[in-house]
Amino acid sequence: MSNVTPETLIQICMGLPLVALVLVVITGKIANLREACTITISSVLFFVTCQLAGHVFSGARPEWSLGDVMMPGFEIAFQVEPLGMLFALVASGLWVLTTIYAIGYMRGHHEINQTRFFACFAIAIFAALAAAFSANLFTLFVMYEVMTVSTYPLVTHHGDEKARNGGRVYLGILLSTSVAFFMLAIAWTWSVAGTLDFTPGGVLAEAFSEGKINAVQLAILFCLFAFGIGKAALMPFHRWLPAAMVAPTPVSALLHAVAVVKVGVFSVLKVAIYIFGIDLIADTHAGDWICYVAAASILLASLVAMTKDNLKARLAYSTISQLAYITLGAAIATEASMLGGGMHIAMHAVGKITLFFCAGAIYVGAHKTNISDMRGLGRTMPFTFGAFLIATISIIGLPPGGGAWSKYFLALGAVDSGKAWLMGTLMVSSLLNIAYLVPIPILAFMAPTKNETDDESHVDGGWKIKEGPLLCVVPLCITAIGSVVLFFFANQIYQWLIPIVQSGH
Amino acid sequence: MIEYLHFHLPVLPIVIPLMIAPLCVLLGSRHVANVLSLFACWVTFGLSLLLVSRVCELGEISYFLGGWKPPYGIEYAIDPLNSFLMAMIAGMGAIVLTYSGPSLRDEVPKSKHYLFYSLYLLCMTGLMGMCATGDLFNVFVFLEISSLSTYALISLGKTRRAPLAAFQYLIMGTIGATFLLIGIGLLYQMTGTLNMADIGVQLERYRVAAVIVDGIEGPPHWEGSRTMLVAFAFLTVGLCIKMAVFPLHTWLPNSYTYAPSVVTCFVAATATKVSVYAFIRVVFGIFTPEFAFELLPLDTALWSFSLVGIFVASIAAIYQTNIKRRLAYSSIAQVGYMLLGISMANQDGLTAGIVHMFNHGLIKGALFMVVGCFVLRLGSVQMDDWRGAGKTMPWTSLAWAIGGLGLIGVPVTCGFISKWLLLTAAMEDELYLVAALMLISSLLAVIYVWQVVEVLYFSPPSEKAKKATEAPLIMLVTTYVVVAATLVFGVWTTWSAGLAGDAARFLLQGGAP
Repeated sequence: MSNVTPETLIQICMGLPLVALVLVVITGKIANLREACTITISSVLFFVTCQLAGHVFSGARPEWSLGDVMMPGFEIAFQVEPLGMLFALVASGLWVLTTIYAIGYMRGHHEINQTRFFACFAIAIFAALAAAFSANLFTLFVMYEVMTVSTYPLVTHHGDEKARNGGRVYLGILLSTSVAFFMLAIAWTWSVAGTLDFTPGGVLAEAFSEGKINAVQLAILFCLFAFGIGKAALMPFHRWLPAAMVAPTPVSALLHAVAVVKVGVFSVLKVAIYIFGIDLIADTHAGDWICYVAAASILLASLVAMTKDNLKARLAYSTISQLAYITLGAAIATEASMLGGGMHIAMHAVGKITLFFCAGAIYVGAHKTNISDMRGLGRTMPFTFGAFLIATISIIGLPPGGGAWSKYFLALGAVDSGKAWLMGTLMVSSLLNIAYLVPIPILAFMAPTKNETDDESHVDGGWKIKEGPLLCVVPLCITAIGSVVLFFFANQIYQWLIPIVQSGH
Repeated sequence: MIEYLHFHLPVLPIVIPLMIAPLCVLLGSRHVANVLSLFACWVTFGLSLLLVSRVCELGEISYFLGGWKPPYGIEYAIDPLNSFLMAMIAGMGAIVLTYSGPSLRDEVPKSKHYLFYSLYLLCMTGLMGMCATGDLFNVFVFLEISSLSTYALISLGKTRRAPLAAFQYLIMGTIGATFLLIGIGLLYQMTGTLNMADIGVQLERYRVAAVIVDGIEGPPHWEGSRTMLVAFAFLTVGLCIKMAVFPLHTWLPNSYTYAPSVVTCFVAATATKVSVYAFIRVVFGIFTPEFAFELLPLDTALWSFSLVGIFVASIAAIYQTNIKRRLAYSSIAQVGYMLLGISMANQDGLTAGIVHMFNHGLIKGALFMVVGCFVLRLGSVQMDDWRGAGKTMPWTSLAWAIGGLGLIGVPVTCGFISKWLLLTAAMEDELYLVAALMLISSLLAVIYVWQVVEVLYFSPPSEKAKKATEAPLIMLVTTYVVVAATLVFGVWTTWSAGLAGDAARFLLQGGAP
């Protein structure tokens, strides 16, 4: 592999999901062959992404441009920098596990239209990688929208009325915010700054010093971006995420805990760092309004999560709250908060995907969706709930979960910027996280089951283990271990991400 | 031989369908007429592609009809703008005719088929002629050829409402054409010439340089401009009727709804765009943008009418249960986007307007072709009867979804290209309100497209949908060719936005035909 240039690696990375798409469609009739193709390609993709990461983290910034074939004056171009690389690494790595998990889940649950499912999945991964590598806002926007549309058939997979309503909210909110705010913000940026390229240090600083845009307008522009990137699920444009939970669980796991939502917050970070520039936001306080919105989003979503009995709905609101952390990191705009936000992309991804995997495994194994029905279930599904507990620790931000570090840096950033009250928000939020997540595994292990006498698995005082399909349980154990491993690798990620905040100075 | 072909190339795409049209009537056999008209359409398409490449190579081409030199004779002036449009019209004409077979047999009595083919070719002749000619009176003649044949085509519709719709269009269309004729007459009286380029030159005589008072440049004005103003007003209003600009759109929904599906496909994809083209010619080629946009507030008038039209027509579309009518209202809204771009009168705005003529032609053509497939199999254009057809007609339904995404303007479809260009043009002109309203209005398209998608995929199947089978192969394949084109021109735009950019540059340099 050493003789392959990083530029070629970019092309291979984005090409592989498309190859997977073609193969899945061709081999659609033969399920085993189709799944073998997906697994092989996703593994190869992860390998190639790692190769590329080697180059990027050692300082290379490979580029690949298609020129302005798509739009006169606007380039489709890719340039890999550490933040995008980290996101691509997370997305491609978790795609492998999700594919394995999806096979177990979809078969265990006898889902229909599996070929369409795997095909749309491949397009979504392609869009995620292309967005991660994009070198300008135009490319990012195009990929962002490709992702919205390609995930719609996944959300409405079941094709019933519930799916229709969920899909309606999903597409409605994501498309309207992106068209009404995001696209407008991009065009505004272009008319003011004259370029859409992601540039270290930002492109708006010059326009600001020339008086083409004032501080209030900058704040409005920042709001347009923060709300326009609807995938970041900032309140009040968060309704699509719970609505998307009608999808099969592997979709909720990879797309609505990792790929889709992370494209959102990744875009917010990218805009803050490479379009505005940390210094500009800090000097003009352009992010202050969003600080309040994000803080409110963190707390409100946690409070709503506590009221949800459906496990996936509770996880969805938890995701909204956690995504707001990252938006908050971008809005605070200090070095530590940006790094914390970047790290949280990885930490939260691994933790939350574990939780969703668990939710799916519980559904397939025990046919339970409501938390109140899960009392005592931990005894029959110890691996699933064990993994759930570990991931919970990471999400809350307790050592030895990876989430501890990212929250630490976010808190550090909040103090650095002189907004100490945000510390309070983060603390309260952690308490709320404990309140709505920890009881689930605790009750599953400790509480007696509802009708203990009728329980078939309660044999002679012992408990018969009755887990979900093996293909479901193994991936969720791996990701649970991963969320602990990340705690010890946090320094490495920190070192990788350092260049994104330094290049601005 | 090749030289001979090259020499007469500008006139061939018009003459060929014009000659074959009467042949179809004379021979009277529907099979022969079918073969002949298919041949004519595809040859015309090939020739117009050749013409585009010649224009790219040589620049403007001028052809004197019968060897009579302008301004006395009729001149055909082919430039980047009209060659581009001619290729689009001929392309859509050829593909829709290839598609037409099964749908035509279903909707039009066999005894009238040879008339259909003849009228179709005449309609195409008229539209191509309006693009190619450099003579203003000739524009009127071709406009009437295309309009009269369209009235007849619409009246071929299955229901008894079709002749009424045709009659409604006839009245409105004739008023529009008469206005055009009055405008042409006034200009002729003023300048003594009918050649568009020459009229432009002659009008230059009346132009008085801008007066500078206290260092502020006043607006330019024209001596004896009363006649010019009246002529301009008649031409603008006349063409606005043919373009179906809100509030002069009333003829359009009924005509599109009650015409045979095939006719709607072709007319919706091409007719209004050619009128938009004629309007561009009148504003940029004869009168100047200075006259229209600085002396007269045409830009403000256009964008306010366009925006109101976009909102009103889009909202009206949402409430239509008849899908043809729904798309017809959408067409009225989309004309608004074209005019919005043109009213900006700068490079980006014009490019956006022109490229949207092309892109929307493709998208609307594709969607009406999908409707044709559904009408053939379900026998209905009511949304209720389309319920659940996604299960029995998966390919047709998918084509609707993809074409619909184009109409909404999602990236990777050509609708996005138009929308983006229009947005950046508005931002560049600092028309922030227009930009914001335009984006919000495009969300209305999400509603009127997606309602149908939901009906197709998520509703329990209707009785008709249960019994339906997939559309005939020839209709599916041709539909997918157009659908694929909407995607291709959404990713690779050298031949759409690139050519439109050339055309806009040409117009802004004072390009007269």
